[in-house]
Amino acid sequence: MKKTPIYERHIKLSARMVLFHGWLMPMQYKGIIAEHLAVRNNAGIFDVCHMGEFEIKGKDAYNFVQFLVTNNLDKIKPGMALYTPMCNENAGIIDDLIVYLFSKEHIMLVVNASNIEKDLQWIKDKARSNPPTLLPTGQRNRGTNKVKIDDISSRTALLAVQGPESVLVMRKFIGSEIDSLKRFHFIKKNSILISRTGYTGSDGFELFIDIERGLWLWDELMKFDLFPVGLGARDTLRLEKGYILYGNDADESRTPIEAGISWAVDFGKPDFIGKNAMLNKKPKRKLMFIELKEKGIPRQGCKIKDSFGKKEIGEVTSGTFSPSLQKGIALGYVDIGYEDVTIEIRGQLLKGRVYEHTSKSKVYKNT
Amino acid sequence: MNIPANLKYTKTHEWVKVTGNTARIGITDFAQHELTDIVFAELPKQNAELVNGKSCTVLESVKTAADIYAPLSGIVTKLNEKVQEAPELVNNDPYGEGWLFELELKDSEELTNLLTADEYKEIIK
Repeated sequence: MKKTPIYERHIKLSARMVLFHGWLMPMQYKGIIAEHLAVRNNAGIFDVCHMGEFEIKGKDAYNFVQFLVTNNLDKIKPGMALYTPMCNENAGIIDDLIVYLFSKEHIMLVVNASNIEKDLQWIKDKARSNPPTLLPTGQRNRGTNKVKIDDISSRTALLAVQGPESVLVMRKFIGSEIDSLKRFHFIKKNSILISRTGYTGSDGFELFIDIERGLWLWDELMKFDLFPVGLGARDTLRLEKGYILYGNDADESRTPIEAGISWAVDFGKPDFIGKNAMLNKKPKRKLMFIELKEKGIPRQGCKIKDSFGKKEIGEVTSGTFSPSLQKGIALGYVDIGYEDVTIEIRGQLLKGRVYEHTSKSKVYKNT
Repeated sequence: MNIPANLKYTKTHEWVKVTGNTARIGITDFAQHELTDIVFAELPKQNAELVNGKSCTVLESVKTAADIYAPLSGIVTKLNEKVQEAPELVNNDPYGEGWLFELELKDSEELTNLLTADEYKEIIK
């Protein structure tokens, strides 16, 4: 059982702890709904030290990462971050992660806690055995990848400050220069890496610091009356925005197209692992956002049926109650072409509506 | 854990307040704490006939859905509509404003099966 540097603070705050992929993490403090609304209306703080960080350095760092991931690093400049899936040769999603571009020769990847070992092994194997045959310029790559891969997860603490008032807190913490930090950009100040990123869909920041100073950072930020938020609310927040959770909504049996994140795939890149496989697959089912039209909470595994409740057309992969919408919401794989559906919850068929992306549903606009 | 001495309890974490031939029913502080934030309350229908030990209500929280079992047999006479509008009352005031429904007792003998506060305290230790 692993503990983050913040563990004692969670206990002191009477958090209900839960085992999450080998880590003892806070599920909730005051309550999931209160914590969720604190993020949507004010500002909350999350301990996410369990997540993984890898540094990729060297002459070939940029081209190597371009080959590893589906999204295109050419979309960003140094000082910016990019969300992307990472696929295997069958276009199955190995993980979804964020790439931090420091320079062409220095890149950091932030990965899911559940996939740290798997991702590291995959990346190291690819660096050793599989240099991209075609560089983005179209030239043939003659050598192996000259990259150095470092797993800095156990040396790195990560805290997230999220909510519309998070920028006020950050202003007090590091000064007004934070105002010019745009979404998906990052800066380094006083040995803290601060990025305007997050998993909640509200404005917010993620702060990376040496693990020895993790607790100090939490204590410093807590001086600004931040609401501690646990994994329970982390889930309701991300689900309201349709953000996938690896393991639930995506795994190696799904391609990014199926998982509804094709916007993070750039087929314009000359080559990346899984490109050909993805081009040759035509999925019949895709991950969709689902809103319940009747009182009920969809849960993982609930069957999705057509509006008559006859034909089974899908399954819920993540489900919860949306405190902002006050209704049940879910992500699930559904046959393409359906809008009105029913969801089987504890033997009852409840009406629901399917959307291709949360931007089309009320959730995205109202939260 | 709050366990008022003047109420009766069940092993399945319901509390009962008997006044004459009427019983008011809710869930205990222990139960609401385990459920976490309750968001939907599916109360029984008015005039429904409840059978001792059978599921009569479903409380749905962010975390899970839980069956609530009728502690006694009888006819449902009153529903707490406030709880249907604001299910968080069950969390915030489980013995007061968070009561669920009332029923008219069918068999007062069943009262002897209920637990005292001390007996319930033993169960949740």
